[in-house]
Amino acid sequence: MSKQPPFFSAARLMSLASVLLLSGCERPPVVSVQHGYAGTGMVQVYNPRTLEQQADQHKAPESTPPLPDDGPKAGQVYQNVQVLGDLSVGQFTRLMVNMTAWIAPEQGCAYCHNPANMAEEGKYTKTVARKMVQMTQHINTDWKNHVGQTGVTCYTCHRGQPVPKEIWFTANNAPRGANFIGDTAGQNGPAQTVGLSSLPNDPFTPFLLGKEQIRVNGNTALPSGNRQSIKQAEWTYGLMMHMSSSLGVNCTYCHNTRNMAQWEGGPPQKVTSWHGIRMSRELNLSYMEPLTDVFPAHRKGELGDVAKLNCATCHQGAFKPLYGAAMLKDHPELGRDTTLSAPVKAAKAALQASAAAPVAQR
Amino acid sequence: MPQYQNIFTTVNAVGPVSPGVALGHGNSPRSGKPALSYWLGKLGNAQIGPIYLGGLGLASIIFGTLAINIIGFNMLAQVNWDPVQFIRQLFWLALEPPPPQYGLGFPPMNQGGWYLLSSLFLLMSVLLWFARVWRRARELGLGMHIPYAFLSAIWLFLVLGLFRPILMGSWGEAVPYGIFPHLDWTTAFSLRYGNLFYNPFHALSIAFLYGSVLLFAMHGGTILAVGRYGGEREIEQIVDRGTASERAALFWRWTMGFNASMESIHRWAWWFAVLTTLTGGIGILLTGTVVDNWYLWAVKHGVAPQYPDVFPPVTDPALQAAPTGAKP
Repeated sequence: MSKQPPFFSAARLMSLASVLLLSGCERPPVVSVQHGYAGTGMVQVYNPRTLEQQADQHKAPESTPPLPDDGPKAGQVYQNVQVLGDLSVGQFTRLMVNMTAWIAPEQGCAYCHNPANMAEEGKYTKTVARKMVQMTQHINTDWKNHVGQTGVTCYTCHRGQPVPKEIWFTANNAPRGANFIGDTAGQNGPAQTVGLSSLPNDPFTPFLLGKEQIRVNGNTALPSGNRQSIKQAEWTYGLMMHMSSSLGVNCTYCHNTRNMAQWEGGPPQKVTSWHGIRMSRELNLSYMEPLTDVFPAHRKGELGDVAKLNCATCHQGAFKPLYGAAMLKDHPELGRDTTLSAPVKAAKAALQASAAAPVAQR
Repeated sequence: MPQYQNIFTTVNAVGPVSPGVALGHGNSPRSGKPALSYWLGKLGNAQIGPIYLGGLGLASIIFGTLAINIIGFNMLAQVNWDPVQFIRQLFWLALEPPPPQYGLGFPPMNQGGWYLLSSLFLLMSVLLWFARVWRRARELGLGMHIPYAFLSAIWLFLVLGLFRPILMGSWGEAVPYGIFPHLDWTTAFSLRYGNLFYNPFHALSIAFLYGSVLLFAMHGGTILAVGRYGGEREIEQIVDRGTASERAALFWRWTMGFNASMESIHRWAWWFAVLTTLTGGIGILLTGTVVDNWYLWAVKHGVAPQYPDVFPPVTDPALQAAPTGAKP
């Protein structure tokens, strides 16, 4: 009876198999935070270990001390200040220094400016930067429905990089031309954009650039003319997967998942998010697309389109970018229109005219 | 001395290989020379083959192979004919049904035409296999339980891929042929039609599915447990109830007050399995055709409970004439 009963080898085999199976899982602990009425599964699931690892990514940089508003305006002192002319010279310089630290810390001022002549227009990066300052001011003044009083700064997206980490280009769904076989219908690849699911992997072009209908549910129990298809539902689902992974939240952050389409009685975050979708679309159309010809080819996508933004561009995995750190309050100039006011501009023009006149007479 | 055991059977019950009963007029010869396999004998019967292929079986296999090849070559083309990527991305790849705008028309081959062609072949393959199962059951003088059970599964398959798309007026409603894609399709289906969990036929289907699992575990467990008294000789026990049957019956009468009989447990299992796909198919067929939003349907009929509000009031921002605070 020295022979071992076969049951033990079977048990060993099974424990080995379960170890192999579990190796694909996330290591605990997992914390669930109640987010709705008790017992309805309206919870947010977090892994504190993962959150701790990510904490540094979502830290706002130290703010530099504010400078006085008085003295001559930058637009009066410097040449060719088209957007930030209404700032005092001190504030203007402070913002330029901060922008360098936020966007091009390694490249320095020369990333956008010709060091020999700061006013020169030569570099495309300067044109882009100017448009982006206008965009930031536009977000902070006109999109309070989404960004609230927290607002955004250049750092919200750039995080010390000239090109924000999370940008998107329109997907090239027929990379080998219109063939006879092998169409993917824009889906079915393990795409990061939709959380590695097989959903349509460029939900941005139809929804964050185009105005395709996101809503697929009918609002009556019985059919009453809603012709949205299951395929359209897959595109919406793809966009929602992007939102979920961009914000590091579950579906239940915005939806009461028993009825995804319902607004009444659901989390108010859904309204914020609704404005966010419209904000992204408007910014892509009004600020990014017009820059298409400004960017050099190597900054563009496979189809020659400009880099565009989505939820991840600002959020980068956090439910609020930088966990809601309010950088805007230290940079009020990014929350208002700072073009030189009309009277000051007129005075400056008159001054330049009188300086130029004698030259012309000579 | 070897001992017959019925759990992880250590001894193969083997005898002389047998081709089975003689077949009457109109049957093909059986193919393959029967052989004994020691390892398969550990799981079931040690004799492998002969197999009855016949005209129906051959036709079914040909159409099935065509369908699988269309799906496979489309997937291979999607990864630019790279076999390594084909394996790596296999679970994500799929042959997609046509876009909805083609309705019930025949789309270009690369826009769902391949899908419709492979669906046709798959349908023929399944129906031919059904006819084969029917014919073999008849030839062996069996009841029609197995063909009817198979028909229940075919019903769900036909509802998903044929009946419902026709009623909805679009082949685009059909299920993609792929591993993850068909799962994502299932979720999208539920999302589109207002949460399938409120569909009572879906609920019935789940009850029968989980019920089948439970019954299978109870029956399998019971018979293995009374195997030491010859309980696995179920047919004999039906005719001549012995101590195995008595003990099995007593166990369930003691633990839950009721016991199925040696015969009726198989009817329980058959009906639960058959009703899983039968009710599931009804639920799918009603979705979109008769009911558009199952959650709202459940509210209308007092099925969905109402919970107290815990969030501040929320309204649809799209309904506000002039959104407050900022631009829309």
